[in-house]
Amino acid sequence: MKKEKTAASAQVRPKRARWTRDDTELTLLGLPATIWFAVFCYLPMFGLIISFKDFRLAPGKGFLASLFQSDWCGFQNFNFFLSSNTFGMLLRNTLLYNLVFIVINLVIPVTLAIIINQLYSKFASKCYQTMMFFPYFMSWVVVSYFVYAFLNPDKGLANNIITALGGEKVMWYSAPAYWPFILAFMSTWKSLGYNMVVYLASITGIDGTLYEAALLDGATKWQQAKYITIPSIKPMIIIMFILNIGKIFYSDFGLFYQVTQGVPNSLYNVASTFDTFIFQNLRTNGMSIGQIAAAGLFQAVCCCATILLANFIVSKLDSDSAII
Amino acid sequence: MTVSEKRKLRKEQKAIELAEARATAKLDRIKPATNATFNALFALLSFVCLFPVFYVIMISVSSEESIRTHGYALWPETFSSAAYQFLWNERGTISHALLISVIVTVVGTVIGVLLTTSMGYVLSRPQYRLRGFFNWVVFIPMIFNGGMVANYVVVANMLHLNDTIWCLILPLAVSSFNVIICKTFFRTTIPDSIIESAKIDGATQLTIFSRIVVPISKPVFATIGLFLTFGYWNDWFQSSLYISKNNLVSLQALLNNMMKNLDYIANNPSAGLSLQQYRNSMPSESVRMAIAVIIVIPIACAYPFFQKYFISGLTIGAVKG
Repeated sequence: MKKEKTAASAQVRPKRARWTRDDTELTLLGLPATIWFAVFCYLPMFGLIISFKDFRLAPGKGFLASLFQSDWCGFQNFNFFLSSNTFGMLLRNTLLYNLVFIVINLVIPVTLAIIINQLYSKFASKCYQTMMFFPYFMSWVVVSYFVYAFLNPDKGLANNIITALGGEKVMWYSAPAYWPFILAFMSTWKSLGYNMVVYLASITGIDGTLYEAALLDGATKWQQAKYITIPSIKPMIIIMFILNIGKIFYSDFGLFYQVTQGVPNSLYNVASTFDTFIFQNLRTNGMSIGQIAAAGLFQAVCCCATILLANFIVSKLDSDSAII
Repeated sequence: MTVSEKRKLRKEQKAIELAEARATAKLDRIKPATNATFNALFALLSFVCLFPVFYVIMISVSSEESIRTHGYALWPETFSSAAYQFLWNERGTISHALLISVIVTVVGTVIGVLLTTSMGYVLSRPQYRLRGFFNWVVFIPMIFNGGMVANYVVVANMLHLNDTIWCLILPLAVSSFNVIICKTFFRTTIPDSIIESAKIDGATQLTIFSRIVVPISKPVFATIGLFLTFGYWNDWFQSSLYISKNNLVSLQALLNNMMKNLDYIANNPSAGLSLQQYRNSMPSESVRMAIAVIIVIPIACAYPFFQKYFISGLTIGAVKG
C-alpha cells in the first residue's frame, strides 16, 4: 500500500523521484560537453586569479608552479590598468562604438525588414535577402582585403575617384578623422543582411488576421507598422538588445584590428578598444600578464553587471521579455 | 460521398481561400511607385554588399603593369593570370593551408555537433535530476567569461596545446548559444511519448539519442553544423594567438600573414631564379587578392543553399526556453 502511494506521488512530482538508471545514462551523455565547459570556460575563470598575483615565471619551473609561488598583490594590477592614460580612451571608444552599433543595427534592419516584407515579388525579396546576407559569411581578414582595395592610398578606388574629380589623395590609413565612420559603415555592412533576416523571420511569424482586421478598420501601412508589426516583434528586439548590451564592454576584435590593418599608431586613439589593447599587449609583452588579465577581468565583470542590470530593468518594465 | 468527390470539394475550397487571400493581399498592397522605389533601394543595398567581391576578383586578374599605371581598376586595361599562375607554382603551400583548413573544419564540426547536441538533449529531458545544475553550467559562460588572457593561459600554458592542431579545434567546439538552440529544438519537437515508448522497449538513453533523436532532428543538426562549419572556416583568431609553426597555417591565417608580409608565401622559386629574384618577380598586389578570392569562392557558392538553415536556427534560438 505504502509502496503504491510513493510510486503515485513520484508520478505526480517527478522531480522528487529517486536517482534512476535514466539519470545515470543522461549524466554520461552530458559528460563530454561538461568536461569541455569545465576546461575551456571554467578553468579560465579560475585562471583569473593570475590578475591578483604578481606573476613571475620562476626559472626551471612550470607555469602552474610559478603561478602558485608568485606573490599576491591585491588590486595592484587593476590600479595600474585603471589609472593608466589609455584607460579613459579605451573606455570611451569601446562604449561609444558599441552604443552607435546597437542603435544602427536596430533601427536600420527593423526598417528594412518591414519594407522588404511589403515588396510585391516574393522572389525578388528572397534574392535581395540572399545577396545582403553574403557579407555575414566573410571573415574579417577577407573584409580587411576588401577595405584595403578601396582605401589603398596609391591604387585604391576611393583615391582614384577623388583624383579623377580633381581632389587630393587622402592617406586613409593615417587619417583618424574618417575612421569612426568607416568602422561604423563596415560593421553595418557586414551584419545588415543577417539582422534584417532575423527581424524578418519574426515579422513573417505575426498572425495575418491582425493585419486583416486593421485593414477593415482602414489602417494605413504606416499605422499597421506602428501598431501591429513593431509591438509584435518587440520581444525579439528586446532579446537582441539585451544580448548586445551584454557585450558593450567587448568589441568585435576583427573589425577593429583587421580592418584598420592592426591598429597602426596613427589610428591608435580612434580604433583602440579593450580587446585590441589586450591583444597587442599579449603579443608584444608590453604589460605583465597579470595586468593584462586584470584588464580582461574588468571587462568581464562590467559586462556581467551590465547584462544583469539590463535584464533587471527589462523584467521590471515587462516581465515576459526578460531573458533570465 | 466518394473519395474523389471529397477531394474535389477540398480543392474548390482551397481555390476559394486562395482567391480571397489574393484579393485581400491586393487591397493591402503598397502603391506600384513605392514598390519600385523600395525595389531600387534593395537593389542598391545588394549591390553594395556584393560589389567588393567583384572588385577584388577584377584586381586579382589585373596585370601588374595595369595596376602600376592605373591603380586598382574596376575593369583592368590588360588582363593577366599571373597571380593564379604564381599561386599554382606555390600550390604546395596553398594546398597545405587548404588541407589544414579542411581538416580543422571537418573534425571541429563533427566534435562540436556531437558535444552540442548531446548536451542539448540532456538539458531537454524534463525528468532529469541534474537538469538544473547542467542548465547553470551552460548558462553561466554566456554572461561571464575568463577573457582572452585567461583562455590563452589555459590553452597554451596549462594544456600545452599551442602549435598543435587541437588549439584550432577545441576552443571553438561548443558554445552555450548553440546548446540552448538544441535544447529548445528538442524540447519543442520531440514528443515525450516516443522516448517513453523506447524506454519501455528497453532502450538506453544513448540508443534513444542516436537511433531516434538524431534521425528526426536533422534540421537542428544542419543548423548547428553550419554555424560551426562557417565558424571554423572563417577563423583566423586562434591561429594568430597560438600558431607559430608554418605547417599549421590555415588559409585564413595565410591570408592574414600575407597582409603583414607579402613575401610570406614565396618560397619555391622556379628554375634559374634566386629566392630574392623570385620574390621580386611576384605579382604581389594581385596575388593577395587572388588568395582572398580562393577563400571567398567556396563560401559564395555554398551559402545560398544553406541560408535557410541558418535562419531557422536563429529563429529557434530566439524562442525562450
